[in-house]
Amino acid sequence: MTRDVFPSDVAVRADSFRELAESQLPRLYALARRLVGDEAEDAVQDCLLKAYRGFDRLEHPAAGPAWLTSILVNTCRDRGRARSRRPEEVGVDDVDDFSLFRTIADEDPFPYSDSLHLDFLHQFGREDVRAVLASIPELYRVPMLLTYVEGYHAKEVARFLDAPLGTILARLHRGRKLFERRLWEYAEENGLLKEGARP
Amino acid sequence: MIACAEAVRRLWEYLDGVGDESHREAIEEHLSFCRRCCGEVEFAEELRGFLAAQGAEELPDDVRERLAATLDGLEQEAP
Repeated sequence: MTRDVFPSDVAVRADSFRELAESQLPRLYALARRLVGDEAEDAVQDCLLKAYRGFDRLEHPAAGPAWLTSILVNTCRDRGRARSRRPEEVGVDDVDDFSLFRTIADEDPFPYSDSLHLDFLHQFGREDVRAVLASIPELYRVPMLLTYVEGYHAKEVARFLDAPLGTILARLHRGRKLFERRLWEYAEENGLLKEGARP
Repeated sequence: MIACAEAVRRLWEYLDGVGDESHREAIEEHLSFCRRCCGEVEFAEELRGFLAAQGAEELPDDVRERLAATLDGLEQEAP
């Protein structure tokens, strides 16, 4: 059922919360897995508790998924802060000049391929991509996940993370470059650059 | 007119629809004559699709049951 605003009756609002939460659970859990790994279930539980207690502040159902995402992201960040007090920064000079496109073309790992770059990407299974993303420092990984996996605009990500848009764009830039370089390094380290490495 | 290095540096912002209009126009002008950077754009689009495809994931049944129990517990208090 589609509604423009939530009804005010307590029992109906409780049902509305449950409807919203249940529809978002797979997405929230998948995001939490990428943000905090094995603590994902605990993070989603914390998120549900905070969201339920703040549900009165959500006026429009259409904003529900993004609102839950925002709560989850901040819950996961709190957990991240508890683990490590200092986010790991990476100098842009270290990665700025790396181009995965050019590296694949220059190294030519599959000489008989007609679609070299696509063949490179097809070597990666879901767990490989998860490992590559997990290797990126949280400072860059979180905006990357929210933008490119979850599909939020950079302006929304800036709002979720309470950071200026310029800061988020700079982190996205570094995150993308790190992702490209670590895809290549992972492929080298895990034998994905051999013809027929994966079916 | 911008060089390949500058165009490549701004490619993702171009694809994401962020960054200012002058950068956008400069990249489009560059792409109009540089085939190699057109390849970079196509690959960047593939990478974006590749990342977007990582989103869908099954929620394990046992986790779903425990989270549903959390929701049951929440319903004991008013939102």
